[in-house]
Amino acid sequence: MDARITLTVNGDKRTVVTDPQRPLLDVLREQLHVTGPKYGCGEGRCGACTVLMDGRRTLACVVPVGSADKKTITTIEGLADGDRLHPVQQAFLDEGAIQCGYCTSGMILSAVALLNENPRPTDEQIIEGMNGNLCRCNGYTKIMNAVRRAAANIAEVKKP
Amino acid sequence: MIEKTATEEKVNSKCFEFVQEAGLSRRAFVQLLGTGLLITVTEGISIGQRSRGGGRSIAVAARVHLNRDGTINVMTGKVEEGQGPRAQLSQAAAEELRVPVDRIHLIMSDTGLVPDDGITAGSRTTPSTVPAVRQGAATARELLVRLAADRWKVDAANLNVQDGVITNKKTRQTISYADLAGSSDVAEAFKQSVSSDVALKPVSEWKVLGESVARPNSRDILTGAHHYPSDVVRPNMLYGKILRPPSYGATLQSIDLSKARAMKDVFVFRDDQFVGCAAPSSFLASQALEAVAQTASWRITPQPSGKELFSHLKEHARTGGRSSPRTRGSIDSALASASKVLSETYTLAYVQHTPMEPRAAIAEWNDGKLTVWSGVDGPQRVQGDLARAFDVPSDRVRVIVPDMGGGFGGKHTGEAAEDAARLARAAGRPVAVHWTRAEEFTWAYFRPAAVIECKGGLEANGSLIAWDFTNINAGGSAIDTPYNIANTRILSAGSDSPLRQGSYRCLAATGNNFARESFMDELAAAAGADPLAFRLAHLENSRIRTVLETVAKHFNWAARKKKVTAEIGVGLACGTEKNSVVAACVEVHVDRKRGQIKVNEVCEAFECGPVQNPANLTSQVQGCIMMGLGPALREEMQFEDGKILNASFARYLVPRFEDVPKIDVHLVKKTDIPSAGGGETPIIAIAPAIGNAVFAATGIRLRAMPMQNALRRQLA
Repeated sequence: MDARITLTVNGDKRTVVTDPQRPLLDVLREQLHVTGPKYGCGEGRCGACTVLMDGRRTLACVVPVGSADKKTITTIEGLADGDRLHPVQQAFLDEGAIQCGYCTSGMILSAVALLNENPRPTDEQIIEGMNGNLCRCNGYTKIMNAVRRAAANIAEVKKP
Repeated sequence: MIEKTATEEKVNSKCFEFVQEAGLSRRAFVQLLGTGLLITVTEGISIGQRSRGGGRSIAVAARVHLNRDGTINVMTGKVEEGQGPRAQLSQAAAEELRVPVDRIHLIMSDTGLVPDDGITAGSRTTPSTVPAVRQGAATARELLVRLAADRWKVDAANLNVQDGVITNKKTRQTISYADLAGSSDVAEAFKQSVSSDVALKPVSEWKVLGESVARPNSRDILTGAHHYPSDVVRPNMLYGKILRPPSYGATLQSIDLSKARAMKDVFVFRDDQFVGCAAPSSFLASQALEAVAQTASWRITPQPSGKELFSHLKEHARTGGRSSPRTRGSIDSALASASKVLSETYTLAYVQHTPMEPRAAIAEWNDGKLTVWSGVDGPQRVQGDLARAFDVPSDRVRVIVPDMGGGFGGKHTGEAAEDAARLARAAGRPVAVHWTRAEEFTWAYFRPAAVIECKGGLEANGSLIAWDFTNINAGGSAIDTPYNIANTRILSAGSDSPLRQGSYRCLAATGNNFARESFMDELAAAAGADPLAFRLAHLENSRIRTVLETVAKHFNWAARKKKVTAEIGVGLACGTEKNSVVAACVEVHVDRKRGQIKVNEVCEAFECGPVQNPANLTSQVQGCIMMGLGPALREEMQFEDGKILNASFARYLVPRFEDVPKIDVHLVKKTDIPSAGGGETPIIAIAPAIGNAVFAATGIRLRAMPMQNALRRQLA
C-alpha cells in the first residue's frame, strides 16, 4: 500500500506517494532527482548514500522512506550557502581529497555529522567516525587531512 | 518531473556552439566522424591493457576548437574515472597553446564528438595521449601564428604567443585566439593533420605541466552537481532489472512472466536467456523481477570451486605451444651446479576492483540510432560491441561516458550498456540499468588467480646464478626479472580460469612482483645476506637502484632492521613496470594470537620520469599503496559450485580508514626521459614488502595472497 510521505529535503518541503518500504535513497534519487547521495552497496556497508536526517548521519540505502516521514533531510546539494562552500567541502577542495569523487558526498556528510557532534576530534575519533565510508580510489590519507583541516577551520571561525 | 541532467546540458551547450561554429549541423558532424577524416571505431582489442593511445593522425579540428569567449575546446577519447586525466590533458593542451589551464574546456569520452584515443587503461594516458594532445595543441598554435603572419604579411618568426594572444614583437600588433574563433581561414587551416614532429615545450620550460592543477570539475563533485553515469536521467525513462542465473553456466529452461506482466506499469521482456523487467522505479522493477525469478527453472552445469582452484589451474596449465619460455644461459646446468637450490610455489587469489560506482548505463533508441550513457573505460570499443550486438552500423551508436565512479581496470566491458540497450529497444523507451553491488561482485570480472612456481640457484659466495619462474594463469606483465642473473627461464602459461577474468590495476605485475620479491627475500636469507644488500648486488638498473636506495634512506632501513622483534617486522621490495620504478619499505605488527597483520607504516619511492601533476601523482601513489593492502592481506573471492560466496562488502573486506598506516611518499625527480603513467606501478611493491616484514618478525614465510588468511592457516 502506498503512503503519503512528507520530507523536507535541503529546505524544500516535498511530498511523495509511494511504498513506505522503498529505500529513502531510491526516493531521493529517482523521484525527487536529488542524486548527490549515491548507491554503493545497498546494505549500509559503504557510506556512499550518507545523508543527514534531522541532523544525524543516516544511511539512506537501508532506511525505508516511511520512517523518514516528517523528517528533515540534508544531502550534499544542501550544504553550500549559495556560492560559499561549507567548511568541510572547502577543506576537501583545498586538500585535493577527490579522486573519482563518487564517495565524496557520503564522506563529506559523515564528516559534517562527526564535526557537529565533536568539533575537535582526535585522529582516532576521525577514524571511528569515518570508518563506515569506503573510498575505493583509496584516497583515505587526503580525506583524513581534509577532515583535520575542516575541524581546524571550524574551530578558527568559532573563536570569539 | 523528469528533466535533462545539468551535466549534459552544460556539455551539449558547449558542443552545440562548437558544432555550429564549425559550420556543421550535429548530424553532419557525427557523419564527419564516420568518414575517416576523424576517427571512428576501435575494433578487435580484447580485454587487457593494450591501447593505441592516440597515435593515429587526425585533423587538428578533431582535437582543438576555438570558442569566441577565449576558451578552447579540446577533445579526447580518454575517460575520467578518478585518476586525473581531466586535469592532466587540460594542462597538456594549455601548455602548448600558451594559455592558462582554466581556458581549456576538455570534452572527454563521447564517441559523437571526440577522436579515439584508445581505451583508458595500461597507464597509457601519460605516455600516449598527453603527447597526442600536446601535438594537436602545438600544431593548432603554429597554424594560428601562421594565419596571423599571413594576415599581417609578416614573417611568423616575428610573432610570439602568450596567454592566448599573438603579438607582433616589432609592431606590438595583437590578435587573440578569441578574435580568430569562428573565422573561415581557421576552419580551413584546422582541416590539416596534427603534425607528429611539431616541436613540444621542453620540460625545463614547462609552466602548466608540472604544476599541481586540481581536477577541473572538483567543485561540481563537492556540491553534488556532477552527474555520474548512474545519475543520468532521460525523459520517459524506466529502470530495468535483469534476471541472473543462480550459478555460472546455468541456462534458463522455463519461466512464467505472467505475474510481472499483471503488475501495473511494469514492462517484461524475454529473448531466450535474457529476461528483464522495467518500471518507473527500480523498487518496482526489482519486485517484478523477483516475482518472475521464483518461477524460473534452470539447468545447472558443474563448476570448479575455490578449494580446488590451484590444482585446477596447474592441471590445465598450457605450457607448450605459444607459451614457450624465454631463456638466457643454461638454467638446467646452472641449477645442477648451484651450491644451494630453493624451490617454492606462490599463489594468488581472485580479487575484484569493486569501484564505488557499480556498472550503470542508460540506453535510448531514436530512429534506429542508439545513444548510451555508461561508465566504461573504452567508449569506442563499447560503441563497436553495441553495433555488433544489435547489428547496426557503428556510426548509428553513440557512447557517452560522463566522469565515472572508479574503474581500476574493471570497466573495460559494456555489459550494463548492452542490458539497457536490449531492454530499451524492446520497451520503446529509454531504460537505465544500474547493477547492484552483488551483481557487480558476481557478473563483472576478476583479477586472475595464479600459481607461480619459482626456483633459484645460489653459488657458494651467495650470488644468484639461476632463476626459473613460471606464472600459471595470471599473465606476463612484469614477469621478467630486473636482476642480473646469468641463467634464467621465464614462462607465462595460460590455463583454464574457473572465473571470468580480466584487467586490473597493474594486472599480473602485482602477482609476479609478489612472488619474485618474496622469493628474492628467501634467497637472501638462504645466502645469509641483508635483503637490501642482496638486491643491490644483483641490480644494474640505475632507476630501480635509485628508488630502492631512496626509500631505504628515508625509512632508515639499516637501523630499523636491527630493531625487529617477534611482533614488529620490517620488509622491503622493489620493481618496475610500464616504464616506471618503485620501491617500498614497510613496518608490520603481527598478532600471532589473532592471526592478524597490521601494517603500521609504508614508505614508498616512485619514479616515472618528469612529473606532470605532483598532487595528482601523490594521490595515485597513496591510492595504490592502500588499494594494494586489500589483496595483500584480506581480499579473496570465495566461490563454490558456480556461486560467489562473499558478494558483499560485509564479507569481502576492502581497506577502510582503520587500516591506513603512516604513509610516506617520495616522488623521485628524473627529467631526462619521457613521462610514464603513475596510476598503477606503485601498487606492485606493497604485498611483497609486507610478506617480507612478516617473515622478518616471525620467520613465517607467507606464499599466498591474501597473506592474513595464509598466516592463519600456518598458525592453525
